[in-house]
Amino acid sequence: MIKAILIFNNHGKPRLSKFYEHYTEDTEQQIIRETFHLVSKRDENVCNFLEGGMLIGGSDYKLIYRHYATLYFVFCVDSSESELGILDLIQVKVFVETLDKCFENVCELDLIFHVDKVHNILAEMVMGGMVLETNMNEIITQVDAQNKMEKSEAGIAGAPARAVSAVKNMNLPEMPRNINIGDISIKVPNLPSFK
Amino acid sequence: MALKIVKGSIDRMFDKNLQDLVRGIRNHKEDEAKYISTCIDEIKQELKQDNIAVKANAVCKLTYLQMLGYDVSWAAFNIVEVMSSSKFTYKRIGYLAASQCFHESTDVIMLTTNQIRKDLSSPNQYDTGVALTGLSCFVTPDLARDLANDIMTLMSHTKPYIRKKAVLIMYKVFLKYPESLRPAFPRLKEKLEDPDPGVQSAAVNVICELARRNPKNYLSLAPLFFKLMTSSTNNWVLIKIIKLFGALTPLEPRLGKKLIEPLTNLIHSTSAMSLLYECVNTVIAVLISLSSGMPNHSASIQLCVQKLRILIEDSDQNLKYLGLLAMSKILKTHPKSVQSHKDLILQCLDDKDESIRLRALDLLYGMVSKKNLMEIVKKLMLHVDKAEGTTYRDELLTKIIDICSQSNYQYITNFEWYISILVELTRLEGTRHGHLIASQMLDVAIRVKAIRAFAVAQMATLLDNAHLLTGNMQRNGICEVLYAAAWICGEFSEHLENPMQTLEAMLRPKVATLPGHIQAVYVQNAAKLFATVLKSQEGNTDSTAAQETSQLMIDRLPLFVQSANLEVQERASCILQLVKYIQKLQQKDVEIAEEVNALFAGELNPVAPKAQKKVPVPEGLDLDAWINEPPSESESEDEQPKAIFAKEEPKHSRPRHTEVDEKELARRREARKQEQANNPFYIKASPSSQKVYQDTPGVEHIPVVQIDLSVPLKVPGLPMSDQYVKLEEERRQKERAEKKKKEKKKRKEKRSGRGKKHDSGPESEEDITPAHQVDIVTEEMPENALPSDDDDKDPNDPHKALDIDLDNLVEAAGRRPLADSEKLPVRSHRETPKSPAEDGDTENAALQEPKKKSTKEKREKKKDKDRDRKKSKEEKKKKKHKHEEKEEDLLGGQADAPVVQSEETSEVVAPPTSTNPEVSDLDFWLSNAPVPSNTQEATTVAEAEAAPPPEAASGTAPDSEPDQPQDADTEEAKSSKHKKKKQKKEKEEKEKKKKKKHHHHHHHSDGGGEESVQNGTVEEEEPLPPMSNYCLLAENSYIKMVYDIQGNLQDGSQVVVSVIFENKGDSFLKSMEFNVLDSLNSKLQRPDGSGPHDGLTVPFQLPPGVSNEARFVFTVQSIIMPQKLKGTLTFIVKNEDSSTHEKLDFKLHFTCTSYLITTPCYSDAFAKLLESGDLKGSSVRLEGVNMPFHHLLARICFHHHFSVVERIDSCASMYSRSIQGHHVCLLVKTSGQTVSIDAKCDEPTLLGNVLDEIKQTFSQC
Repeated sequence: MIKAILIFNNHGKPRLSKFYEHYTEDTEQQIIRETFHLVSKRDENVCNFLEGGMLIGGSDYKLIYRHYATLYFVFCVDSSESELGILDLIQVKVFVETLDKCFENVCELDLIFHVDKVHNILAEMVMGGMVLETNMNEIITQVDAQNKMEKSEAGIAGAPARAVSAVKNMNLPEMPRNINIGDISIKVPNLPSFK
Repeated sequence: MALKIVKGSIDRMFDKNLQDLVRGIRNHKEDEAKYISTCIDEIKQELKQDNIAVKANAVCKLTYLQMLGYDVSWAAFNIVEVMSSSKFTYKRIGYLAASQCFHESTDVIMLTTNQIRKDLSSPNQYDTGVALTGLSCFVTPDLARDLANDIMTLMSHTKPYIRKKAVLIMYKVFLKYPESLRPAFPRLKEKLEDPDPGVQSAAVNVICELARRNPKNYLSLAPLFFKLMTSSTNNWVLIKIIKLFGALTPLEPRLGKKLIEPLTNLIHSTSAMSLLYECVNTVIAVLISLSSGMPNHSASIQLCVQKLRILIEDSDQNLKYLGLLAMSKILKTHPKSVQSHKDLILQCLDDKDESIRLRALDLLYGMVSKKNLMEIVKKLMLHVDKAEGTTYRDELLTKIIDICSQSNYQYITNFEWYISILVELTRLEGTRHGHLIASQMLDVAIRVKAIRAFAVAQMATLLDNAHLLTGNMQRNGICEVLYAAAWICGEFSEHLENPMQTLEAMLRPKVATLPGHIQAVYVQNAAKLFATVLKSQEGNTDSTAAQETSQLMIDRLPLFVQSANLEVQERASCILQLVKYIQKLQQKDVEIAEEVNALFAGELNPVAPKAQKKVPVPEGLDLDAWINEPPSESESEDEQPKAIFAKEEPKHSRPRHTEVDEKELARRREARKQEQANNPFYIKASPSSQKVYQDTPGVEHIPVVQIDLSVPLKVPGLPMSDQYVKLEEERRQKERAEKKKKEKKKRKEKRSGRGKKHDSGPESEEDITPAHQVDIVTEEMPENALPSDDDDKDPNDPHKALDIDLDNLVEAAGRRPLADSEKLPVRSHRETPKSPAEDGDTENAALQEPKKKSTKEKREKKKDKDRDRKKSKEEKKKKKHKHEEKEEDLLGGQADAPVVQSEETSEVVAPPTSTNPEVSDLDFWLSNAPVPSNTQEATTVAEAEAAPPPEAASGTAPDSEPDQPQDADTEEAKSSKHKKKKQKKEKEEKEKKKKKKHHHHHHHSDGGGEESVQNGTVEEEEPLPPMSNYCLLAENSYIKMVYDIQGNLQDGSQVVVSVIFENKGDSFLKSMEFNVLDSLNSKLQRPDGSGPHDGLTVPFQLPPGVSNEARFVFTVQSIIMPQKLKGTLTFIVKNEDSSTHEKLDFKLHFTCTSYLITTPCYSDAFAKLLESGDLKGSSVRLEGVNMPFHHLLARICFHHHFSVVERIDSCASMYSRSIQGHHVCLLVKTSGQTVSIDAKCDEPTLLGNVLDEIKQTFSQC
């Protein structure tokens, strides 16, 4: 079981938090902080597993994380999940690459402004703490189909709103797309692709 | 209207959307909180509007704020509103918000039940999907109960997208509503073989989760998983299955044996590290379960260790980490194989990665021996000095202590060394583990007698230098060791060289800055020291020294009397008064040292931490019963607070209290004694300490670790410290010890005072212990302690409720089917009376009907369909299962012990009336030692060698079409044929038995009710009459032949005729030859090299009364017409004296039905097929059919190889396929006794013939 999926940036600002068990908002923030502290002080080039923090789980739980440019992707899982499997799930075939496909060169800003979309993608991959689908193409198909449906529902009525938001985005000096996650396609050495 | 919409959306443009909110927050970095609070106000305004779009937008923003840590539960109702929007866009927003912030105590959740149900049955798969996803996050017991049935229905949805989600969410439903597990399990199991890999993976996922917690219930699924493991190519699924096997093997070592080979193959072949790693892990689990002593597995261990070494040496830190992790598992059972890699592990200790160092530390734990312990600890101590982070240092510290103290200090040869290590560890700054060191010190000092003198000396130094430890005491856990030091110095003060100095050190004013509980120990132990000092000083005849000591106490103690800590205060003031009194006596030159010492006499023994829990509750004692009448509500409300405030001076109230109760207490004490006397568990005090030698029942049964200890401890209500005994003497001189124990008990009876007590004379003489013997005293456990270790289990674990036996469920019919109470709650609904018009509808319209019907009905209908499908699958699976076993049987049985094998075979073949087929199946499956992973292939090879060609042909083909009942039969025939070949007389008896069963199996003539369901729709309430497809071929006084024809899906031109030969007479039948006159269209397949008119030898002989089955393959050209073939069976009848040649003519009737193959079809595919327009229609009416509709369907399914696609009330659509790929669709409707069948097929002639045959079937009954 996956207990939680967290994405936060290099400063510990949450970009996505999905808990598959109930915690109060305060505890959730504490967990995010604690996890950030655990993860952020680790060097690059150390292993991607961490014994779970105090708040989340205890000894049966592990934090499995990956660090991309400005973002940390952290999965908190128990012993029924395969460590390398989850690691691959984050990167090689699934999560980050799906985000990359859906957002076309994903960067932190995409996640900041479209956290709902990230949630929707995640929902096609993990459900209720269990891995639902590991096939990236299948995930993208389903996400696209749903987005298409959303667009068709908005129809003409949605057009002005879209226009306005496009205009809003235009005066955005802070929307550069230069914070790309450059190394996204670099595979982990000696880790043959998972599927 | 349109204007309104446009207006609404124009309004909306100027609302903040999520992006605006995020942008705003980023622009207000300084006053973020303030900005957000204004945003929340806006959101509240937006939520008040009617426009659902505005609301959804607001909820979307709330979801974001929730992530930032804002409580948004106040908007729960609005979230529900958005969830129930009909637009997918808003619905999705609503469900996302709900999944982020709803939980079990959200009260509006109960409003969602109907909405969710509606969404679940929505025609739009994404509505359903979004509802399932949301539900998976906030499902409550109520929701689980109410929706379990709906979700279960979705598990058979036509769309794999919905199926996989429904399957996955079932796990959550099980957790919240454990009653649903049994009813849902068969379908869940069925999904393991779903055609869609995603659904399959989800089902594996769920079962693995379930099995991880309660593995034993899922042991029977092992064969199925084994098959999946050898066939699946999805690494996710493989990993899950392999992990599951890791959990199952400890329960069933035979399973492990079976697994080793395929796993080893995977290890060698896979390129995916994740899979390799899990394989290694499971192999390790297998090896552990097999335990040692299996020489042939040492290769596997070596393989694992070697693979792990490769992982550990890898430059990838992740692999290194996991390698170490797995290595630690091997360590437990095969320490030797790991120990050879000590170099590698010590090297990992120097790794820059903390996680890796920690794992390496774990491994060290198992690598120590008496020889290398000191060396390893030395190395660790170096690391302690070098370590930077406190966490890692703390971890090192605990590991050092773990390593040293493991298995009762097994590896420590020199305790002085260990004590010094502990003392060295106290120098660590900022460690959190002061209490751990302290408890080790206490433990060692108490349990290792020989070390006490040394320990006391070290502790005295520690106390002297306490200021070094307490430098920044508030943050420093290390001062805990002073607790231990003070206690050790006090308790074993006789070993102190200079007690006076230590006493002074303990009474320094600085002590008052220590935490309260430590001060309390200081005060108490100062008193003990004082007693010791007094004793030594009184011997000196110099009374002034003694008086000075008293004066020291009197001077210093007031500091503690003023302590804010009650414990310290109380102890200090007691002791102060005592010392003052002593001083008075001293001034009168009274010798008091002896008496003061008596205060603290007696020794304390270690008690197992769980000892108290393990005391069994005496019979007749109800711990939950009130001792006194419970105080009434009003009393507790009114009087208690008053009493509390009235008792402002506790000193006054306390004596009064005892006065009042004095008599009552005496009476109670008496009663208690009585009770204790009658209580077999209570250790009674004997009237005299001398008289205890005999009667010591139960002493031997005390589960003490190593030393035969005999002290019953912890009698409820009495402090445990009263019961200590000298363990060492006890070990050597048991009887004397027992006597002592009795004494103690007696004392304990007499006074319930705490702590220390007088030691009587006899003990002092026993105090003499051998000087330098190191005795490790084990911890004590109470008498009758329960051996179970279940106290570690959390009673609140939700998985406990899921510990449900599923085996008899799996085996479907017969034994303990689902009770009515176990069925999932279904919403009852009103039956809408069917309109007469519908009845006469054209076929197409009727087929569209389901879509028009209300959702409720649809659900109902689906359920029926599902049940049908489930049934048939179940049946299929059973067959398949047996089929497999057969194959293995062939392989395993051939080589050795054929007799045993055949016995087992008959057991498996027996219909499920035998006691526990599932279990025996599993046993059987397991009893076959290592099987080549590629069973199929091997079987074929074996067959080809053993059997004549026709059989081989029929054997290879039908594998993928296991729903043909004959499959199992082929195998049976083969196996029996096989045995025939062996020609063993002693086997005949068994075979006979087996064949009889087998006969019934197919004829159902004896009313074997549970076997009657082959393929059809069965409603649980009414059992179907037994059915058989076998019909009579020919019969005379010697032999009877019945036959059935089945198509072969693999080859569109082949059909297989299974003929059962039954010997009716008392003669032996042999040399049977089966021959058929071929027609242009149909030919009997003969082995190569034989002429076109040669007969086929039936590959067995028939003793009297025995039947057996043979199969013959025919090639057919056209299948659209039925036809008949003439044939002859010739055989030799052998009596005791004579033998005659006989022949029997027969006519084989190839019906069109026999070219059809049961093929499941989903309703959407079915609908498409009908819409395609390629099919030509025809119809037939049957009058006077007098049977329930489901029987009717079952018959069509069974006799004519159809499957039900959908069924609505008295209308059902059915589907079948011919071996040449013709689609045959039926719409069966019934009203009264009339059944109308509308049919469509791409080959009208075939259809006409099939319909005629159906008609004939029903005219016969």
